Amino acid sequence: MIKVENVYKSFGKLDVLKGISVEIQPGEVVAVIGPSGSGKSTLLRCMNLLEVPDKGDIVVNDTEITKSSTEILKVREKIGMVFQHFNLFPHKTVLGNMIYAPTIVKKKPKEEAIQQAMELLNKVGLADKSDVYPSKLSGGQKQRVAIARALAMEPEIMLFDEPTSALDPEMVKEVLAVIKLLAETGITMVIVTHEMGFAKEVADRICFLDGGVLIEQASPEDFFENPQNERTKIFLEKVL
Amino acid sequence: MNINFEIIIPYIPYILGGLWVTIKFTILSAFLGILLGILLSIIKISKFKVLKALATFYTSVFRGTPLILQLAIIYFATPQLINYDITGLQAGVIAFSLNSAAYTSETIRAGIMAIDKGQREAAVSLGVPYNRMMLDIILPQAFKNILPALVNEGINLLKDSALVSTIGTADLLRRANIVAAEQYVYFEPLLFVGLVYYLIVILLTYSAKLLEGRLRVSD
Repeated sequence: MIKVENVYKSFGKLDVLKGISVEIQPGEVVAVIGPSGSGKSTLLRCMNLLEVPDKGDIVVNDTEITKSSTEILKVREKIGMVFQHFNLFPHKTVLGNMIYAPTIVKKKPKEEAIQQAMELLNKVGLADKSDVYPSKLSGGQKQRVAIARALAMEPEIMLFDEPTSALDPEMVKEVLAVIKLLAETGITMVIVTHEMGFAKEVADRICFLDGGVLIEQASPEDFFENPQNERTKIFLEKVL
Repeated sequence: MNINFEIIIPYIPYILGGLWVTIKFTILSAFLGILLGILLSIIKISKFKVLKALATFYTSVFRGTPLILQLAIIYFATPQLINYDITGLQAGVIAFSLNSAAYTSETIRAGIMAIDKGQREAAVSLGVPYNRMMLDIILPQAFKNILPALVNEGINLLKDSALVSTIGTADLLRRANIVAAEQYVYFEPLLFVGLVYYLIVILLTYSAKLLEGRLRVSD
């Protein structure tokens, strides 16, 4: 469970988050949408303290991460993060990327980590690429490896920061398919995305951010068919 | 023309005996210099203000004074201050490591800063502690990028090692000078050691190219 309470964040003079509160229940899939610069990514990055809020509290599974920053590594083990630009380790093979954190952080025996990695790679359809370096993969393949790498830590929560924004259009589908499969396993997910169709299909709830404020949140049906807020309506007119 | 290499032929084994001194000296200085350079660079990118200021001051002192002066100070001051009779090789390795660390710390710092911040974020998101992240993720990538600059530093160390001849260490240059003084021929022995230095530098450059090629398998 993630509980964000009245969080403020600014970069220099730019106020990015202006008092956001949102709660994410276990097993819930939440899509965060909104125009560029609305603070979606910053909100997501606050949830595992890649950005430290200026004000407000964030609680992950009963740990107040904004207070006890010493425990943050422990909490991060439970939160998988998938980035827009994949951030695979270029000097390690696909398998090397997969087993690094489980063996270093969780002290898993290497054989066990490899076995688990191969199972995950199988699930994302890339078992044949295990010995390849990331530079030899397409964008879609890189992102699928990145998802598998995060899953190798057996997280309770997965955060996706615009996972398809850096992909060529023909690769978006394969990545979304993997995320969709994952959503059905019951893992808690927060997805920042520009893919409206995908958000509608996969999310239990949509959060709409604009100007650093949570404008509206609703089920996908209500949100897309019957938006309440004027700004939501204007945004949806532009993107749909 | 009055060149006669035959005069120095009997002395070649003696001169080449200095090669080992030069190489030992270079390897030790390069190794210790890089270790200290890594430490300094990590301090420079850290959040500890006092340590950072010290590291910056250290760098400015060792870059801001002549190497031969640092060498002389360490060689002559050590016996006077702590009563330890330091050898030329020891003084040389200390001076050159300390000096080299000042330069390589800046190179390594630049190499670390050039690594995409997404790498750090990916590592910490996976729960990897700072030390392991530096050791396994950031430094290997940084070193790959700065390898040419480090090879330059190694070449500089090798050539500057000739400075230890000024404190009586029998390295390549010193031995050439001894032969020259004994035989009253300067051109031939000096030309000969010049060739030896040049050949080691070529060999070093070539090995670095091979290493670079091997590190490129992930590109």
